[in-house]
Amino acid sequence: MRKIRAAAAVTVVTALAAAATGCGGGSSDSGDNSAPKTLTYWASNQGPNIDADKKILTPELAKFQKQTGIKVKLEVVPWSDLLNRILAATTSGDGPDVLNIGNTWSASLQASGALLPWNAKNFDAIGGKDRFVTSAVGSSGAEGKDPSAVPLYSLAYALYYNKQMFADAGITKPPTTWDELVADGKKIHAKDANKWGLGAEGGNLSNNIHQAFALGQQHGADFFDKSGQPTFTSDGAVAAVKQYVDFMAKDKIIAPGNAEYAQNQSLTDFAKGKTAMVLWQAAATSFASQGMKPTDWGAAPVPVQSGTPGTGTSVNSMVAGINIAVFNNTKNVDGAKKFVKFMTSDAEQVYLNKSYGSIPPVKAAQADPAFSAPDLQVLRDTLAKSAAPLPQVAAESQFETTVGTAIKGLWADAAGGKPVTTESVKAALTKAQQQMTQ
Amino acid sequence: MSSHTKSPMASPQSFLWTRRIVLTLLAAFVLLPVFVMVSSSLKPLQDVNGKFQWIPSGLTIRPYFDIWKTVPLAKYFANSLIVAGTATVASVIIAVFAAYAVSRYRFAGKRVFTVTVLSTQMFPGILFLLPLYLIFVNIGNSTGITLNGSRGGLILTYLTFSLPFSIWMLIGYFDSIPKDLDEAALVDGNGPLGALFRVVVPAAIPGIVAVAVYAFMTAWGEVLFASVMTNDNTRTLAIGLQGYSTQNDVYWNQIMAASLVVSVPVVIGFLLLQRYLVAGLTAGAVK
Amino acid sequence: MTATVTPPSAQAGSKETSGSGGARRRLPRIPDRIRRGGLPYLLLLPAILLELLIHLIPMAVGIVVSFRKLTLFFIRNWGQAPWSGFDNYKVAVDFDAPIGQALLHSFWVTCAFTILSVGLCWLFGTVAAIMLQETFRGRGLLRAIFLIPYALPAYAAIITWAFMFQHDNGLVNHVLHDQLGLTDKPSFWLIGNNSFIALVVVSVWKGWPFAFLIIMAGLQNIPRDLYEAASIDGAGMWQQIRKITLPSLRPVNQVLVLVLFLWTFNDFNTPFVLFGKSAPEAADLISIHIYQSSFVTWNFGSGSAMSVLLLLFLLVVTAIYLLLTSRGRKSADV
Repeated sequence: MRKIRAAAAVTVVTALAAAATGCGGGSSDSGDNSAPKTLTYWASNQGPNIDADKKILTPELAKFQKQTGIKVKLEVVPWSDLLNRILAATTSGDGPDVLNIGNTWSASLQASGALLPWNAKNFDAIGGKDRFVTSAVGSSGAEGKDPSAVPLYSLAYALYYNKQMFADAGITKPPTTWDELVADGKKIHAKDANKWGLGAEGGNLSNNIHQAFALGQQHGADFFDKSGQPTFTSDGAVAAVKQYVDFMAKDKIIAPGNAEYAQNQSLTDFAKGKTAMVLWQAAATSFASQGMKPTDWGAAPVPVQSGTPGTGTSVNSMVAGINIAVFNNTKNVDGAKKFVKFMTSDAEQVYLNKSYGSIPPVKAAQADPAFSAPDLQVLRDTLAKSAAPLPQVAAESQFETTVGTAIKGLWADAAGGKPVTTESVKAALTKAQQQMTQ
Repeated sequence: MSSHTKSPMASPQSFLWTRRIVLTLLAAFVLLPVFVMVSSSLKPLQDVNGKFQWIPSGLTIRPYFDIWKTVPLAKYFANSLIVAGTATVASVIIAVFAAYAVSRYRFAGKRVFTVTVLSTQMFPGILFLLPLYLIFVNIGNSTGITLNGSRGGLILTYLTFSLPFSIWMLIGYFDSIPKDLDEAALVDGNGPLGALFRVVVPAAIPGIVAVAVYAFMTAWGEVLFASVMTNDNTRTLAIGLQGYSTQNDVYWNQIMAASLVVSVPVVIGFLLLQRYLVAGLTAGAVK
Repeated sequence: MTATVTPPSAQAGSKETSGSGGARRRLPRIPDRIRRGGLPYLLLLPAILLELLIHLIPMAVGIVVSFRKLTLFFIRNWGQAPWSGFDNYKVAVDFDAPIGQALLHSFWVTCAFTILSVGLCWLFGTVAAIMLQETFRGRGLLRAIFLIPYALPAYAAIITWAFMFQHDNGLVNHVLHDQLGLTDKPSFWLIGNNSFIALVVVSVWKGWPFAFLIIMAGLQNIPRDLYEAASIDGAGMWQQIRKITLPSLRPVNQVLVLVLFLWTFNDFNTPFVLFGKSAPEAADLISIHIYQSSFVTWNFGSGSAMSVLLLLFLLVVTAIYLLLTSRGRKSADV
């Protein structure tokens, strides 16, 4: 017995020692060029499925190989895994050379030091910062620091509406203010109790955040102050969240069932003619796969409180999109930069964004006629004029979780018939703020 | 299942009726989601999200063709079979050895072993996921053996997941086999391993099969570790199925169709194994 | 399981040696005994090595991490994360502050959920196994059906349940509200308080076939003559189940219930697939809660501390359980 205990003790000590010393597989400094002929690329799933992504990307990678002699090994990583994979790669230092990240992760990953900083010199290597739309660059890291990534695909929110349902309710043009939107929604519901004005994804934390953020801007509220401290309980933030949830609780233009949606059911409802409007990013391909014709729906800028969309309190969308980044542990840093340059070149930007239905963050590429379809025009204008990046703070993912959950809970209240008041919203946001650590 | 294994219990009418009702209810409970899967898998995507109907209106078998294109289902399926199959076989063999040692020998550290093994069953996966990943990467860096992202790493992980329970369960089954049996075998000139494989293992077949089924299922359905430790080429079904739900669309009908398709071989496997689960071997041997 | 280990090995031990001390003394003298004494360790070796590599060492690392401030600023190099002493633990158990409060709430939810789910799994499994003990037409089919939840990939099965629990289009509301008229209006199952019920239902659906499988295998080892003797004594069906079947299943049940308890308590798949990364308050299981505190917010120190607390709790419960059941067992054996 004693021997075994001793052996166990030795094991534990060894393990602890290993933990203390061996952990942090990440080698300390940024990449070298010891493997100049190959690159690994983790692409996010942008197309209708992973196979489609491969079909879109593979010929381009071949083109890149022809130009530079560098072979790119592609892996398309599903969204459900991407962040965890990046996290594991960061922890161990064993990861890809180049990767896609959701642009809202930029500041968090920047803080972790996992990604190559894009200083002026690095940006020059891909043609300069000025080639990119300002708002897109704004969503690639904290202000005042070198961006951790380069914008690759951009998206923004638009108001999609069902033309037939609008016509049936006698509505002639899409709403431009929230008051109009509520009035239109009420008209539609009054005419047929089974039809509703607006759709929402109450169970989707990110979506809740995106909407609350834009409304927050309109109420003059940021969710973080200049020093990066959370300010979830400001009057503006409370008013924004309440306005959003009130679309169901008070205005009754959102069907109660939407409170639990988290799998894009609101798009299905829209395609089925159950709801007349949704706030979405580039929904065209989804509508098509749900059996809608392009002539069935229209797109308009997301409403604002009053006036027209613009900057400041007239912001009507977050800057959505995907950034491309170089992993700091790469063994081919020059090749990685070349690849980023290739992916953000004008020609590739046109091809890739066209294939994915997104907007190029590269100004020159936006001029391509492929992006002048009416709905893409709306997205483009929004990105250029009235979109703001989500708070670029390290605690962004915590923000999405805590506040997104708070809003999810408020939806549940609204759907269950519990009153949603300024006090209850404030209480929910206070709780969210108290759970922020770091 | 010949006549001599028929239960000597006389079944009163009340029992028969209770049995009919209870078994019907249980079967309905189990089959309800299966029915939903089957009917959803036969609908076009626009209809899947519609109001539930017991009898679907528009039927199509297209999802059953689309599933192979949307994600490389065949590859994921093969990966899952290889990983779960190998992990099961290895886990059962290792567990049989360990359980035999614990059940039949007295040795120093037995208690420490059984208690430690049991306690690993309590470890929250979240806690050791990243450390394990790190260890795999470090082993890879220092020895050149790729565990991270490979099927081998996943097999090692999964077989260890099912090991504690398998050992424990087998100790219980082995204990219930009278020791006179293997002692007789030892007297007959068999070594300890001979006694294990000629006497103990055959007598414990139902238990071993139950444990194997369990080990297989542990590896078959695991999500968290697979999501971090696999890549394009080694992704298992449990993760691969999520590929039907993309950023913008969720292909419900295909998820259901794919799940059904991949489950059929497993269910057939169960059917084949059933015989051993209730084999009369023990009944005969124990007497 | 200590119970099953101690009594039989005590018998075996009395035949071989009188105790470990005795074994050690005799080892040097008889080479054959060395071989024999080494054999159990040899048999255990693969299991020990694997447990060390996959479970114990990573676990030790996890415990070390729980004493560090391992936030996203340090994940690239764990060694540099500052030591924080018991800070992570203090935050987790400060039940007056929101983080501790939330953890405590999640803990109670998990306890209630586990008790319900394990109880029902065991009940369904036992009932089905006993009822399928006797041969009758359709028995094989039923057995296969009952194992289906086990064969379906967990993700697909749970997604299907989520599908059925939908407010507007789900089967559950269709049956309860539209067809049976049991509710005034369609209920929400995936948000609000009902989400707890949904969680239990799915967990039982997924878990009970395992209990069924294990008990079915356990029933095989009950000698037939026990029943024969009882029926000669005039014991009826129900009495036989109560007096013979259930007591004979004791050792199997002891392990089964414990293992079901541990899994259910740590279950991650079910709430994660059903509710996503943020469960409704009524169904906020501790596994999801810890996942949020580490993976979603990238604060591994804090998440590890919570996990260690969870582990300690489970260790204590298991120890008490083993103590109680093995004592009960010993007295039953007498």
